[in-house]
Amino acid sequence: MRIDKDLVAASATPLVLGILAEGDSSYGYAILKRIRELSDGDLEWTDGMLYPLLHRLERMGQVRSSWQTSDAGRRRKHYSLTDAGRAALADRRGQWAVVSEALDRVWQQRTPIAPTRVVGP
Amino acid sequence: MSDQQIEQWRGYVRRRATLTADDVAELEEHLRGQVDDLVASGLADDEAFLIAVKRMGSVDELSREFAREHSERLWKQLVLTPGETEGARGSGPELWGAIALGAGAALSLRAGLAWLDEGRVALLASVLVLPWLAGYFAWQRRLPAGQVATLAAGFVAVGALLVAYPFDAGGDTLLLAAVHAPVLLWLLVGVAYVGGDWRSGPRRMDLIRFTGEWAVYYFLLAAGGGLLLALTAATFGAIDVDAGPLLFEWVLPMGAAGATLVAAWLVESKQDVIENIAPVLARVFSPLTIALLVALLAAFAVDPDVIDVDRELLILMTVILVLVLALALYALSARPPEAAAGLADWVQVALALAAIVVDLVVLVAMAGRIAELGLTPNRAAALGLNVLLLVNLAVSAWLGLAFVRGRRPVAALERWQTDYLPLYAAWAAVVVVLWGPIFAWG
Repeated sequence: MRIDKDLVAASATPLVLGILAEGDSSYGYAILKRIRELSDGDLEWTDGMLYPLLHRLERMGQVRSSWQTSDAGRRRKHYSLTDAGRAALADRRGQWAVVSEALDRVWQQRTPIAPTRVVGP
Repeated sequence: MSDQQIEQWRGYVRRRATLTADDVAELEEHLRGQVDDLVASGLADDEAFLIAVKRMGSVDELSREFAREHSERLWKQLVLTPGETEGARGSGPELWGAIALGAGAALSLRAGLAWLDEGRVALLASVLVLPWLAGYFAWQRRLPAGQVATLAAGFVAVGALLVAYPFDAGGDTLLLAAVHAPVLLWLLVGVAYVGGDWRSGPRRMDLIRFTGEWAVYYFLLAAGGGLLLALTAATFGAIDVDAGPLLFEWVLPMGAAGATLVAAWLVESKQDVIENIAPVLARVFSPLTIALLVALLAAFAVDPDVIDVDRELLILMTVILVLVLALALYALSARPPEAAAGLADWVQVALALAAIVVDLVVLVAMAGRIAELGLTPNRAAALGLNVLLLVNLAVSAWLGLAFVRGRRPVAALERWQTDYLPLYAAWAAVVVVLWGPIFAWG
């Protein structure tokens, strides 16, 4: 299933914040791998675009970064959540919960989508 | 392994001004991680590299996105943070070398002030300061000893000549020599700047570019330094401490001398910034200068007598031609060579033509009067330079016109300008060497 570009963009920040909240810290490539994993590969990003986003979050003080050395001896920039980031994540979660609940309700009022009614290729 | 490909990719991405070395390192780490995973899943190195690059996205879009996020970067490049671009341009030894040489220039000028009288210092200022700048480039470009010796001999010769000449204090020939000596010495600095490769046209164009950018940086430093000095003087004045002698006899001349090297270092290490400002300056001031020239022409047409009234009009006109040439060089050196002829090129042609017309009007109107007024050193120097510039602008206009009409490549115009450069230095040499004896040191 292809997911609409705007939806990908809208979900980017909460996803990244959420993934960073899973562990102590993470780095760009691992974050992208985790996104693919979580969405079974349906959420397709242009890989490079993750970095301007991470830098923006850093500028807003929601994440902090530090250079570390990977097992292979390469320099790697790690990002971790700050308190402001945790607060932002909680806020985003609240917003998404509202949206998702509203969507659930409006869709539950009708008959559930039967696979046969899906028009597609 | 795909190391070589990644090397190439890094080189390609590096050229984007909005990406810092750290950003590139971060993206490269990502690319390597992706390639490793794809190879582990059974792809060949080449395939893995291609897929990883494709997933990374278009570099153009990426750098645009970075620019949007880091819009401050264009300006931030002015800030001296060597740590931010680790190893990228290695500003460590260069910076310290520039500071040390700048201190040398400052101390030379200060020593000159202490031991020579005022007129002589003005005359020798460029001899005291510019060798340090030439030294900076000789060091940076690893100039062979033979060329260094030649340059040093050049500086010593000019310096010895200026010291030996018995100019009258406060005379015009002294002032003219003081104004023309820097132009001549700048050529020596230029030879060091191009690493001794002074026959090469493109390297000369680099020198033009450097000169323009250096001027912008120097002006910025001078404006900032001047403001700071004025504030300091005012503050000390407010608490009844007379800091004047210290500030204006020590800090000002030493700062002015040292700034020549700091400006050069800034141009060298942070070249990208002004490359964006130079074309803007040329674009803003070219049309304004055309307006100035047209206004002059209108004034002459309304009242032809004005030309006779002001005897110094020739000198002013020559200064205007220098300005026009500077704009033309700015525009030419900043324009991407592969770009097609556009409005900006037409504006340059119009500027040159307007300058030629106004200058010819002035020359013709004054032709009869010059003999009558007498050829003072100033007027003779202005006339010579005026003719030199007029020839340059006439050919530039012709070549520029051929270019915008698609008859000739822009390279012809560039070549003309770079070939012409030594003539300015030659003319400056003529004025420095001959004007004193010809006009009896007056």
